[in-house]
Amino acid sequence: MTTQIIEISYLLAAISFILGLKYLSSPETASRGMLLSQLGMFIAVIATLLNHSVVSYGMILVGIVIGSLIGSLLATKIQMTAMPQMVALLNGFGGLSSALVGGGEFLRSQAHLTPYPMTTIGLTVLIGMVTFTGSLIAFAKLQELMRGTPIVFPGQNALNLVFFFVALGLFGYLAFVPTMTPAFWALIVLSGILGVMVVIPIGGGDMPVVISLLNSYSGLAAAASGFILNNNVLIISGSLVGSAGIILSQLMCKAMNRSLGNVLFGAFGQIAAPKAQVAASPDKQATPAAAPEVRSGSPEEAAEIFKKAKKVIIVPGYGMAVAQAQHAVRELAELLQNQGTEVSYAIHPVAGRMPGHMNVLLAEANVPYDQLIDMDDINDEFPETDVSLVIGANDVVNPAADTDPNSPIYGMPILHVDQSKLVMVLKRSMKPGFAGIDNELFLRPNTMMVFGDAKSTIVKMAEALK
Amino acid sequence: MLIMSVTLFVLATFLGYELISRVPPLLHTPLMSGANAISGITLVGAVLVSGTGLTDLSAILGLFAVIFATINLVGGFMVTSRMLKMFKKGTKTS
Repeated sequence: MTTQIIEISYLLAAISFILGLKYLSSPETASRGMLLSQLGMFIAVIATLLNHSVVSYGMILVGIVIGSLIGSLLATKIQMTAMPQMVALLNGFGGLSSALVGGGEFLRSQAHLTPYPMTTIGLTVLIGMVTFTGSLIAFAKLQELMRGTPIVFPGQNALNLVFFFVALGLFGYLAFVPTMTPAFWALIVLSGILGVMVVIPIGGGDMPVVISLLNSYSGLAAAASGFILNNNVLIISGSLVGSAGIILSQLMCKAMNRSLGNVLFGAFGQIAAPKAQVAASPDKQATPAAAPEVRSGSPEEAAEIFKKAKKVIIVPGYGMAVAQAQHAVRELAELLQNQGTEVSYAIHPVAGRMPGHMNVLLAEANVPYDQLIDMDDINDEFPETDVSLVIGANDVVNPAADTDPNSPIYGMPILHVDQSKLVMVLKRSMKPGFAGIDNELFLRPNTMMVFGDAKSTIVKMAEALK
Repeated sequence: MLIMSVTLFVLATFLGYELISRVPPLLHTPLMSGANAISGITLVGAVLVSGTGLTDLSAILGLFAVIFATINLVGGFMVTSRMLKMFKKGTKTS
């Protein structure tokens, strides 16, 4: 009887997660969906406490209280600009938790493990640990605890392959000799190393793909732990999350016109770096703004242009997040709207460090979401646009993606700001963007550079407009 | 048993694929953190491992599994709802 109650509760939980994800298809229903999912989670956990194998509640309670405190503290203190790090960290914790479940199961039932449960345990530990350490590295890169540029060395891919096969070997060995505890610990350590190795060669600009992928892994780890425990709700929810991450990684890859393999093993910066060095001659680096072709202007001059503009499109990038400029941007946009100018925001899928990063930042700054337009919907509007204001975005507006077959980003879909009557680019200096690729947009006759910190520049523009 | 589990896994993956393809890019960050919170369902597994009444290493691992799963779950859901509250439709003349 209890078993049936538990199973039915799990079914209800699974349905609530499915509906929760379904309601995420519109911003109007999304909150309701998440509320429903929370209720489902609550039901699933309570039902689990009824399981006859759960006989002591002390540890569980202690764990839940500690976890809730830390979780709620993180969730309320975190800045919206730091959301990618937050998601990376939580992903990692999810992965670690699955790995720990695998480890606990291993120790508990080691004496009578057969190949099938041992395989599921091995799989859970492998995916869980890769998710954990990989997410920690992603976190460290995003939080700038370590440098965001790719860390590469000769033979890296080969070494990773060796690690992978050794892990696989240990895995196979354990399936048949589960009493070999040292092999199990070795598997854990190796999986952890593998997670680190997979993420260090990936640069900051590719983080959206990596975070999505790690998100997927954390789901798969949960699903794998469901295989160990023969638990349906774990399998269903884990695979839902797994597919969410896979879709997002695919979308992000598509938005960069690169394959997943290329992102993971291509070490993008390596290909681009030599090219950038050739292009940026030493004297140009020393006095960036002095390059003759570049037309630059002051925030005040920019404001004069804005006064006459009828249609303005704002193109935000990671630089806006770094400068924390989203609130200033919204104020500028409101001043423009008050003088009768039409303002919208063009959002490139890989702008920022995670999928949808720009949308969240602008929503935080109270920009109504109907002004946030996706790339495919807004690209036709640039020819009728008086001013495109590019804030801290670079590669996503680089015309070389269309015109230069030798460019590493050739074929990547971009926002066609170059078609608008005037492009205003806010940038600290002429330095190439993260990928180290020169941007000829900055040299175009219809481009005006406004150098300086994005936030203070925008504040100055707004002052001049008032 | 295995075949049942695999069936569920495959069907749920397809279902997830269909559902999530419909989420607009606008909500991709809340989708990630929300999905992330749902992966906190490992708490169920963690509870099963830590509630056995044993007091060995497996129970300690179980305790940590509960802690980290709860952080994932509570943190994920709270931050998602915090984000979703920020998304407002335009009320102005735009």
